[in-house]
Amino acid sequence: MSDDGKAAVAAVEAVADRIQDERSHLTDLDSAIGDADHGGNMARGWAAAAEAVADLEDPEPAAVVKMAGKTLLSEVGGASGPLFGGSLVFASPELEDGITGESSAAFAETYLEKVQDRGDARVGDKTMVDALVPAVHTFKKSVEVDDMTPVEALAKAVAAAERGVDFTVPIRASKGRASYLGWRSVGHQDPGATSTLYIMEELLDVAMEYDEAPDELPDHAESPTIPDGEVTEN
Amino acid sequence: MVGLVVVSHSQTAADGIAEVAAEMGGETRIEPVGSDGQGGFGTVASDIERAIAEADSGDGVVVLVDLGSAVMNAEVAIETSDAEAVIADAPVLEGTVNAAVAATSSKASLESVREQAEAARGIQKR
Repeated sequence: MSDDGKAAVAAVEAVADRIQDERSHLTDLDSAIGDADHGGNMARGWAAAAEAVADLEDPEPAAVVKMAGKTLLSEVGGASGPLFGGSLVFASPELEDGITGESSAAFAETYLEKVQDRGDARVGDKTMVDALVPAVHTFKKSVEVDDMTPVEALAKAVAAAERGVDFTVPIRASKGRASYLGWRSVGHQDPGATSTLYIMEELLDVAMEYDEAPDELPDHAESPTIPDGEVTEN
Repeated sequence: MVGLVVVSHSQTAADGIAEVAAEMGGETRIEPVGSDGQGGFGTVASDIERAIAEADSGDGVVVLVDLGSAVMNAEVAIETSDAEAVIADAPVLEGTVNAAVAATSSKASLESVREQAEAARGIQKR
């Protein structure tokens, strides 16, 4: 198994653990403006994805991401299946030559493109797009213009996503279930933007670990040890 | 013969709509599909893909959808399906009834059935 492959498997497991931890919080957010199923759906889907990628015989990054996406698609009923899972499947070929700053930027852009295309949402609609757009643009610029390392760029992207999540609170929903509420959606944080941020935070944690000590990544997917990383904003 | 798939967040609603349309649609194959697969409301792409395969007899399938994720999951199902399938941008019940009738025409095609389903957007109740 390549180090990139190990990192990809570790990332899926880290996301599964985090979403499980945040399950009731996500459900609370979704019960305010949706149908209260985001926490449960995502937790079930990512747990199944972690199991599926642990069973892969040759877990290269593209294959890991594709398997995680396919599992989310079949396990997560509702819009989260196609949005989170379908977009992972669609963007996975960008990682065929491994995980670099450039391939990650291409992956992120393709993922975002699919989310926007499928959900037909723009910035300001109070959806995951509000977290994704600033994050993806920040990552791409940090890598391609500012010559940052992928980990530095991801840290900046996470900070941008966080601001995007905050931005969903005061605005009115124009897409998704929350849009049926009209003005009553104002004042509530978007669950999909929030889970997108959690996923990115876990990617950053794993990327930092991988960056510092790739040899210490677990060979066996069953025992991931991912310590909390400290993120310095710059 | 062009087949139909009715996608709703509720299996009960999908079954009911298929039932109403079958009354008018003669031998048209109508496959209802719904629910999140866990007994709750929702739609699942792989379930829709299976329904498309069931409804297809070689002439293609028109997919009628209710709201939100039903549209997205139907799109994913169509992308991964071997059958030729299209979504009708139509009200799900009226569109299904129109499509079921249109499919019984000897000149019916995938496009003509979709057009008839979409013509249901203009239906006025009184």
